[in-house]
Amino acid sequence: MCILIQPSNIVDPTDTSNPDYYHRVVDCQWACPAHTDVPEYIRLIAQGRFTDAYLVNRQSNVFPGILGRVCDRPCEPACRRGRVEDKPVAICRLKRVAADHREEVSARLPKIPQVKNGKRIACIGAGCASLTVANDLLPLGYEVTMFERYEKPGGLMRSNIPAFRLPESVLDEEIGMILGMGVDLRLGTPVESLRALLEQGRFDAVFVGSGAPKGKELRLPGRDEAAANVHIGISWLESVAFGHIGHIGERVLIIGVGNTAMDCCRTSLRLGAREVKVMARKPRGFFKASPWELEDAEEERVEIMVNRAPKAFVLEHGRLAGMLFDCMEYELDERGRIVTERVTGEQFLPADDVILAIGQENAFPWIERDLGIAFDKWDVPVVDARTFQSTRPGVFFGGDAAFGPKNIIWAVEHGHQAAISIHRHCQGEPLAERLAPAVSLHSRKMGMHEWSYANEYAPLERRLMPHVSLKERFKKLNIEVELGFSAQQAAEEAQRCLNCDVQTVFAAKLCIECDACIDICPVDCLTIAANGPEAELRARLKAPAANAAQPLYVSGALPQTGRVMVKDEDLCVHCGLCAERCPTAAWDMQKSHIHWPHAAEEAHALEARKPKIA
Amino acid sequence: MTFIAKPKVTHPSLPQNALGLTRRAYEGALSTLCAGCGHDSITAAIVEACWRLSLEPQNLVKLSGIGCSSKTTAYFVSGAHGFNAVHGRMPSIATGANAANRRLTYLGVSGDGDTLSIGLGQFCHAVRRNLDMLYLIENNGVYGLTKGQFSASADVGTRAKKGETNLQPPIDPVLLALDLGATFVARGFSGDKRQLVPLIEAGLKHRGFALIDVLSPCVTFNDHEGSTKSYAYTREHYEPAVFADFVPREAPILVDYAPGEAREVALHDGSRIVLRKTGSDYDPTDRAAAGAAVQSRMSCGEYLTGLIYLDPSEARAEFHQVNATPDEPLNALPYEQLSPGSQGLRKILSRYR
Repeated sequence: MCILIQPSNIVDPTDTSNPDYYHRVVDCQWACPAHTDVPEYIRLIAQGRFTDAYLVNRQSNVFPGILGRVCDRPCEPACRRGRVEDKPVAICRLKRVAADHREEVSARLPKIPQVKNGKRIACIGAGCASLTVANDLLPLGYEVTMFERYEKPGGLMRSNIPAFRLPESVLDEEIGMILGMGVDLRLGTPVESLRALLEQGRFDAVFVGSGAPKGKELRLPGRDEAAANVHIGISWLESVAFGHIGHIGERVLIIGVGNTAMDCCRTSLRLGAREVKVMARKPRGFFKASPWELEDAEEERVEIMVNRAPKAFVLEHGRLAGMLFDCMEYELDERGRIVTERVTGEQFLPADDVILAIGQENAFPWIERDLGIAFDKWDVPVVDARTFQSTRPGVFFGGDAAFGPKNIIWAVEHGHQAAISIHRHCQGEPLAERLAPAVSLHSRKMGMHEWSYANEYAPLERRLMPHVSLKERFKKLNIEVELGFSAQQAAEEAQRCLNCDVQTVFAAKLCIECDACIDICPVDCLTIAANGPEAELRARLKAPAANAAQPLYVSGALPQTGRVMVKDEDLCVHCGLCAERCPTAAWDMQKSHIHWPHAAEEAHALEARKPKIA
Repeated sequence: MTFIAKPKVTHPSLPQNALGLTRRAYEGALSTLCAGCGHDSITAAIVEACWRLSLEPQNLVKLSGIGCSSKTTAYFVSGAHGFNAVHGRMPSIATGANAANRRLTYLGVSGDGDTLSIGLGQFCHAVRRNLDMLYLIENNGVYGLTKGQFSASADVGTRAKKGETNLQPPIDPVLLALDLGATFVARGFSGDKRQLVPLIEAGLKHRGFALIDVLSPCVTFNDHEGSTKSYAYTREHYEPAVFADFVPREAPILVDYAPGEAREVALHDGSRIVLRKTGSDYDPTDRAAAGAAVQSRMSCGEYLTGLIYLDPSEARAEFHQVNATPDEPLNALPYEQLSPGSQGLRKILSRYR
């Protein structure tokens, strides 16, 4: 019997030469905005090579010590371990292990050329985006001038993240590495007018990395009268960071339940507050704060009250006495979305101080609107999502200044991409034709039954971060709460990584369809089947491939029967047993390296293209 | 083989059977066979079949002789009883165990050497006695453990890896079993689990002797060009006689077959085998026709596969009926019933004086 299969009804063989394919298998690296090579540095940590692990990190995320403490960790929810078991690998904590235990790295940082290339770059703001631009461009011979309105560099990392989460010494050291490359840093020098800066004609390109410095207001009755005791979260944190505020009332209400709110409530506890409540308008599933930040706040006995919508500031004798809230009730649909809401009553909560942490915005009062820099209807500059250039050539935006508040790791990647654009701009090359990412693969087979990676599945649970005791931690504002993993914990946690970058690479022409790989696969992710339309093919797999967002690997036609090998990458634990069991080496375990270009690679490629002068 | 154990981690949504067990609960020890061995696929098919039947692992008895095939009983259902017999003597052990306890499910795994050479006599009598068991031959045409000599199932003209050609005619276990009056005869291929798994399920549920001869390529010594038992040759030359689906007793009838396209055969416990035509008018309930069809395909160098013969009435007396064995396992009978006492013994002995 012969069934004619129309070409449109079958899945085309997966194009694994597309660098995105293997990149997506490394879920953590794919989810990381800066595409940090997570499995590689975890392996280096497992080998005790902390300095090397630190440098792998630094190449993509620039601030491993800082991010190892306060990163938003998009990698962790993506981590495959979280799909196979409950909890993902503690990637962020391992990053900190590398930073904590590394040796001196100054000799291994990029060399700064003595002879400059004659191009000058202005960076506005000395936060993570600008620092990344400087980090990428100084080794290429650029001269970078950085303007900072405060007396210390670091931007939001310094002003908004409390010292009990991010010690100043860590901040100073990692910022120092970049400043030490020769940044012309102008502290206490806010840029008041972009026009004036541009008209100086001193700079070949300007990078705006001024952040999103404006905290959102809550205009409710009594706001102005109670002004002395109502604070805007990010400004308040900034004043605490720079030592301008050292005290707060006993009863504090925090409005909002994002990460800034978590920093505000925990900071309040260290400045004399006894009773801190975080007020959330919606139920828990809608909280913006990262789960671990919520946990840390609740561990410090901060109460989070849900379904309370702020209504008014209440004053007594001309002074803030508390706030009035509407008690809310929500009806959710089966997908957890709010269908209807209603007010069931109101509640007064007494307070000595209220901190508003309901979001922040970028603001550009210092950019004249007639410079050729277009602003959209929300008064935000129009920035190209790929090149980070504004509508005025030579003016670039990155970090929170570009697309509103995100987090450090996004700002770093913006900085990397903007640096590429700035380099191309200064070299007179079109910005869009930048280097594409690439992937290279190298076999991990060493010999009979030997693979050069730890492929044993370690049935270990996620290690817990040790904390300073609740008694000790409040004694001073800057006692770091998280102690960092012990050597034992780091070694165990590193073993939980599934080595997703050691890819299962299949050569269809070698397959004899003996089923050995299918029988041995512990998570049933392989199937040999007749090709068909994708939805129908997914239904015929050995185990359901439920995650439609993860593409299937589909081989070309197999030599003996014309069927195809299908792999659901979603749950593969990269144990390598398919390759170990394959009699013809049709499966191989190959380490993928994702080449995510930075300005240095871009410069190298441009250089290689130039005609050689004999 | 491999030294790397299959990790315990599983697919989080692995289905459970009626006992609440996943397929992984029916696995055994790490296989020490060559990577790519057909036998490992058969092991996986047995795991799947036992899981689908919701067999209580402790109610399964795994029996084997000597050879690569006979090692495999260690690689599935580690919770079952097991007995590794002397070379070719597995049927004797199976007979004894069966006589002592008819409540258990008996699965014998043997190879072409164990069954068709040293154990041929034992095999024939197990068939003749209609012993209530599934006898599974993992047939690769060579002696793998002694490095690839031809076995008694090697076809005329097949070439060994070293180059010599086999000139002696094969013993075909399917034809032999048909001749000896077997009530369930099937042939499968390790590379076709869709066919094999229902056959194993039906074979385990069949009352009386069930034979499944499974073509199982030896990836090390018999998977080359010129071999008639390689993966490639088997795929090109195997022809399903009929599709057989196994439907457990509890399962509702879900599929409507067009009239004339399928017929059902009920087994003694109420489960059913649904036979679907492959295009030809093959009738697996006609012993003579079945034998003729196997022979005719064989003369063209082809393997007829699937459920080749099934005695639909299950009428032939099986071992327990012939020997009037007790329903209760011997180990559950009271001592008084098991022992005739000195008086009784004297009476028995007097018959022989």
